[in-house]
Amino acid sequence: MGGEGGQGVQTAADILAQAAFEEGKEALYIPNFGIEQRGGVSLAFVQIGANPVGSPKFDQAHLVVALSARSLERLQDYLHEGSTLLYDSSLLAPPEVSDSVVGWQAYDTIAPEAFAERRLTDRRQKFPRITKKVHKILGLPAGEMASSRLHPRVSNIIVLGAAARLIEIVRLEEVKKALEKRLANKIRRDPKLKELNYKALELGWEAADRMLKGREAGAAV
Amino acid sequence: MSELAMPRSWRRETKPHKFCPGCGHGLVLKALGMAVDRLEIAERVLFGCDIGCSLLAWDFFNLDTVQTHHGRTVPFIVGAKRARPHLIGIAYMGDGGGYAIGVQHLINAVMRNDRILVIIVNNTTYAMTGGQMAPTSLPGQKTETSPGGREPRTEGYPLRGPEMVASFAAEGAYIARGSVSHVQRLALFLERGLQNQIQDKGIAVVEALSTCPTNWRTNAEDTWKYLEKEMADYYPVREFVSPWKENNPRGVN
Amino acid sequence: MITNTQTLTVLWSVNKGDNMSNKYGNDTDSNIRPAGHGDRRAFMYGNEVVVRAALAAKAEFLYGYPITPQNEIMHYWSRLAPAQGGKFLQTEDELSAGFATLGGIMAGARSFSATAGPGTVLFQEPLSMAEMMRIPIVLIVQQRGGPSTATVIYSQQEVFLAIFGGNGEGLRVVYSPGGHQEMYDYTIKAFDTAWRYRFPTLVLGDGYQAKMREPVVLYDPEERGMQLQPAVPFVGGEGVPGVEREPAHWRNAFSVEEELFEALQPIIHDFQHAAPFLTEMEASDLEGAEIIVTGHGIVGRSAREAVRELRAGGVPAGFFRPLTLRPFPAKDLKRILDSCPRLLVVESAQGQLTKLFRIAIGGELEHRVEMYPYFRPGLGITAEEIAREVRAILGGERKEEARAAVSIL
Ligand SMILES: Cc1ncc(C[n+]2csc(CCOP(=O)(O)OP(=O)(O)O)c2C)c(N)n1
Ligand code: SF4
Ligand SMILES: [Mg+2]
Repeated sequence: MGGEGGQGVQTAADILAQAAFEEGKEALYIPNFGIEQRGGVSLAFVQIGANPVGSPKFDQAHLVVALSARSLERLQDYLHEGSTLLYDSSLLAPPEVSDSVVGWQAYDTIAPEAFAERRLTDRRQKFPRITKKVHKILGLPAGEMASSRLHPRVSNIIVLGAAARLIEIVRLEEVKKALEKRLANKIRRDPKLKELNYKALELGWEAADRMLKGREAGAAV
Repeated sequence: MSELAMPRSWRRETKPHKFCPGCGHGLVLKALGMAVDRLEIAERVLFGCDIGCSLLAWDFFNLDTVQTHHGRTVPFIVGAKRARPHLIGIAYMGDGGGYAIGVQHLINAVMRNDRILVIIVNNTTYAMTGGQMAPTSLPGQKTETSPGGREPRTEGYPLRGPEMVASFAAEGAYIARGSVSHVQRLALFLERGLQNQIQDKGIAVVEALSTCPTNWRTNAEDTWKYLEKEMADYYPVREFVSPWKENNPRGVN
Repeated sequence: MITNTQTLTVLWSVNKGDNMSNKYGNDTDSNIRPAGHGDRRAFMYGNEVVVRAALAAKAEFLYGYPITPQNEIMHYWSRLAPAQGGKFLQTEDELSAGFATLGGIMAGARSFSATAGPGTVLFQEPLSMAEMMRIPIVLIVQQRGGPSTATVIYSQQEVFLAIFGGNGEGLRVVYSPGGHQEMYDYTIKAFDTAWRYRFPTLVLGDGYQAKMREPVVLYDPEERGMQLQPAVPFVGGEGVPGVEREPAHWRNAFSVEEELFEALQPIIHDFQHAAPFLTEMEASDLEGAEIIVTGHGIVGRSAREAVRELRAGGVPAGFFRPLTLRPFPAKDLKRILDSCPRLLVVESAQGQLTKLFRIAIGGELEHRVEMYPYFRPGLGITAEEIAREVRAILGGERKEEARAAVSIL
């Protein structure tokens, strides 16, 4: 799963792994952290299975989720014939990150979400050229759905809902539970957030469900 | 007050000690022994000595002693004190250890106001390694690594440690400079420094002006003259910061 | 109170019987133990696992200095430990963290620290003092890229630093766990080992293990019947020193060669005699193996996975992994290579583990063993790429690299 720092990629991936764990699966989540921590590409790797996971990173992904063009370029290597590529068709443009704490200290830290302020731009970014043949490409206008129906900040949760549906391993209930755990602090401060995030999850889940059933085929590229 | 020739806390079995004749280290340790005796704290003391001639004190006292590494005695004692606050931690080191290789530890311990006593023996040189220039070497002082004399233009001015740390020490800190030319007064400073820790007031840093006839290549008379004249001129002997000034019964300022 | 004259031979011969046994036999598939009485299965970040383990091992004090990727050890500790009476000090650098840890330990508190990369370099000084004075320090190292500042992410380039980084003989115990369960098990064990044998004990993790999240079973070691070695003070005993008891005089500096030589003999003796109780390894699929695939830590895990895939595809690969890098499980390795003298060493470094293997193999066997390198300094290694490499070797495509020495720096 990849996006720009501040898009909430790590949160979404972490919740997905946690949901799988709660469901009794073996799961492993590892963030990519490094120099480009803030205002840069943010990648997250999740593995879920019945047996303990081997190496934390892998060569090929069943599902690649891209929330920006730059991250998709980085994630291309993980695509193969069996891959599904899910991308945010309403943006695929790196949001401008206005981050007052970008600096040398960003080199040694993690968790960009807490600091980055995200502003959506309406100029969509050019979809990078995909050189590999993949199983299917699904576009989900998560950013737009979030802005028009819920709140711009929950677009990553919509994506999470869709991703969770697409992998066909976890149940929506478990994702909700995991989400509530992960966002416990925020929800305690603002209880309304729980419903909002649940709705976002459902929205994504249902959208992906329809895509799978072919009724609302994603914008194939 | 009459003091025994050999403080009770000294270990007789390891005397005569290993310092050169005329060395100031023995006098600093005498002052420390007197202070420990007066306060009757031997059972609680953890005495840490550095690398430098201070290491020769590793079995000097009837006190639990750990000899550590060059410059690292302060963090070692800080660690022990933080873990077991009933201990009375003393870090004993040279000016090279305190002001050069371990200066970051000194500064940060003072900043945190760690409840320990740091004793820095200022003999204006790296004695144990054969008399190289130290941060405390005086302008013009000839050492093995400044054969033409310390040149302030390229080698800077000597560091006044107590003045430096006094400039940012927190309330409760006790910072002073004594001299082996006044052992009683040095003992008093050390006693106040230890009191500071016993009463949980703050850190204590006591520098002791000391002698190193071996590396200075001085006879008895010149040694003493250098200590009392040149060194004392540059390094004022006094208390810089003290929570004890006003109401200390032994007030000698 | 521990006294200077006490050598460890005494300590551990008494405890030999209850020495925690080698958890790994020749086949271990699952790291997850049944979550029995009081056990808790959790989904956690590696750095938190370390903290939970330290608390389970009754650690009392963490002294630390920030460096990625171990920062969260300090973060979690300063949140979780106070409830159990745990204390924390952020020091001015790793030298200070190391020496403060030694101070805490000698004062009687079970203390530890954590570091990485350039911090591991600075830690060599306190570690060498611990070797000389038998101070049971536990250090968690979450390796990052090197040399220099390099990356904050991941690497396996601190192997030599962990073992031989000091001025001395590398009298340390180094565990290399390969995932959260082992991170938990071996961090607990490290505290026991350090106090039981009184050698500095390192848990050599890496940035992946630090920052990834996976399941782990948390347990109370005492509920499982493990008797943790108590933390005993080196100083501050009861009574007036010199009057009611002998003062403790601890030193690491000696005047003459003979004195040092004498002082070192019992330390070296104890290390050599402790070694058989300390070495641990994991091996599987040795039956009929035509190549042994090996790696340590998280890479060992990829290697295990690769071997499983290869076996499933009918490729006769075997698996070996040293769990202790120091002391090194040389005997087991030799036994295995005796029947299958072909080895692929996989590591995220340019031959550091391979050097350990060469030292361990030694002698006549060295000329018989075909050693293939797969070196990716500072880079993660997946099971898939290892499997591909094995197929290439068995398919005869790697002839020119038959001697790993070519690639070792
Ligand atoms: C890390 C390290 N660097 C250098 C040394 C060598 N060394 C031993 S004693 C010493 C200087 C001691 O000078 P000082 O601290 O002033 O103590 P003095 O001998 O003057 O009392 C040095 C540099 C060392 N032991 N360790
Ligand atoms: S060399 Fe100098 S400081 Fe060291 S013992 Fe001799 S006189 Fe004292
Ligand atoms: Mg000196």
